[in-house]
Amino acid sequence: MSVTGNEQRLIEFANVSKFYGEGEAEVRALDGVSFTVDDGEFVAVMGSSGSGKSTSMNILGCLDAPTGGNYFFRGVDVGTLTRNQRALLRRHYLGFVFQGFNLLKRTSALSNVELPMVYRRTSARKRRKTALAALDAVGLSDRVHHSSSELSGGQQQRVAIARAIATEPALLLADEPTGNLDSERSHEIMQLLRRLNEEEGITILLVTHEEDMASYAKRQIVFKDGHITSDTFSGGGSR
Amino acid sequence: MFFSTVFIAMREIRANLMRSILTTLGIIIGVGAVIIVVSLGNGATQQVQNDLSELGNNLLALVPGDQNQGSANRLVQMFTEDDVDAIREQVPSVLMVAPVLTQVVMAVNGNENYGSSVRGTTNDYFAIRNLDVVRGRTFTAGELRSGRPVCVIGETVRRELFGVQDPVGAEIRLSANSEVNCEVIGLLEEKGADTFGNDQDDFMVAPLAMVQRRLAGNRDVTLVFMNAVSDEAREDAIEGVTQLMRERRRVRDDQDSDFFIQDLKEVQAQIAQVTGIMTIFVSAIAGISLLVGGIGVMNIMLVSVTERTREIGIRLAIGAQEMDVLIQFLVEAILLSIMGGIIGVAVGVGVSYLAAGALGFPFLVSQEAVIIAVVFSGIIGIAFGFFPAFRAARLDPIEALRYE
Repeated sequence: MSVTGNEQRLIEFANVSKFYGEGEAEVRALDGVSFTVDDGEFVAVMGSSGSGKSTSMNILGCLDAPTGGNYFFRGVDVGTLTRNQRALLRRHYLGFVFQGFNLLKRTSALSNVELPMVYRRTSARKRRKTALAALDAVGLSDRVHHSSSELSGGQQQRVAIARAIATEPALLLADEPTGNLDSERSHEIMQLLRRLNEEEGITILLVTHEEDMASYAKRQIVFKDGHITSDTFSGGGSR
Repeated sequence: MFFSTVFIAMREIRANLMRSILTTLGIIIGVGAVIIVVSLGNGATQQVQNDLSELGNNLLALVPGDQNQGSANRLVQMFTEDDVDAIREQVPSVLMVAPVLTQVVMAVNGNENYGSSVRGTTNDYFAIRNLDVVRGRTFTAGELRSGRPVCVIGETVRRELFGVQDPVGAEIRLSANSEVNCEVIGLLEEKGADTFGNDQDDFMVAPLAMVQRRLAGNRDVTLVFMNAVSDEAREDAIEGVTQLMRERRRVRDDQDSDFFIQDLKEVQAQIAQVTGIMTIFVSAIAGISLLVGGIGVMNIMLVSVTERTREIGIRLAIGAQEMDVLIQFLVEAILLSIMGGIIGVAVGVGVSYLAAGALGFPFLVSQEAVIIAVVFSGIIGIAFGFFPAFRAARLDPIEALRYE
């Protein structure tokens, strides 16, 4: 599957809504949200819980479809894609980093990083080479054969980042990547993400509720009650 | 992709080894039962066939009396040597005919004595019954005509009377209604026990005239052995002999025959039929066991899918399509089932080997049964693994990732 169109414009949210339930029980998680993200940006999506930031993350990650409006990824209307087509889009263009790391248990760091490439049908040799390089990039060359249970939280998250970047995704989605980590480990992870953005040019969308984490990004979008309340460029040079 | 899928499935099975083996117990029992039954059935059939071909090819036995009462009825009219000559001359589909008069005797050699039986007959008997004389000789025409007291003895009789001595040329005393001293002129090849454990070496053979005159004191023929010229001619031979004997014994058209003809091919067919019925019966039980085993596999796969909801969520999020997840769980179910099938084959072959040894059957494992059993267990894996795999594939990645 190939996605073509406006090369610069990576993401366009056009009046996107997501409603749950019906009638009186209806919850408007997202209510007519519009914004765009270009290639190479590092955007922090902020807001308290229930603000709609997680819902927009799921839609951005093609895990969920909007109930109203359009989500264009590289000009393609994701809302018109089938479940399997969205899976292909994730496979080839997206990388995920989760709050809970979400590594496979009883599986080595190397195998975890190789997993997305297994679904890309990458040859075993290339998979291994790429995975080792990705683990090196996150500073875990010496933990390649450790299983996730043998790694600390910070190390696990770095494996997850290696897994996300090994496929050279067009967009890296990080959902509260520091939520389960202590302050020192959190800053290490954020520095790693910023370095990936600046040096590798990877577009990153970071969801967080912590302002000092969001300050690593060059742009901050703040959600409240399903609407965007502010969208500012800080330059991301605060640290 | 395929190898990594199989590898992942193997690792999951190994991670829960005890659970996996217990899960496949139904398949193990089902497959094992099929292998055991088919192997022992084949062994028994082979054994019976060996026994029957030992008895002689296309062997028919003409027996006096009603088929249901047999010759136990004392009023039964026996056959005569003229009957035997008539069969030989008038029924072309009969190749050889041997009259038999069996007499129970006490045999004595010096201090040793042994109770056995003597079959008075002709040289054709050896050919019809596939009996080989390993030492000495059969009867001469003169001995047969005159009824000279000579005999050929079976291995059991030799052992009981002679031990380590050479029997050929020795003289033994036979006593029944009267006594006669009889020269041993030959020794029969050892045949061992048949399927039912009967000793096939416990008898002596002597000229018919000798047994009639010197031991039994009558001119009866109690049994006539014949063989048909070919396998296809058996029916003709039975019909021809039946018609001839009804005429000779003056059986009226509305009466049942006062004799019957045993066809050993039919006995063989009956045994094969019984074996076949047994095989179907046990296969049905094995089928139920396999069904239960399949449900066990489905159950454990559903548990596995639930336990690994989060893993499925991760896989879906990073780009697995429904088909990828479906195949992963299907491969696991198939491997689990085939593993059960292979253990079942091992158990079945082992038990068959021991049972065949204990029962004295030849040990025959049917290759087809092994292949069918393994393939069938794989099919069970597909059939019962599909639903859990489908459930896994249809999981919502967002829900799955949130699952604790």
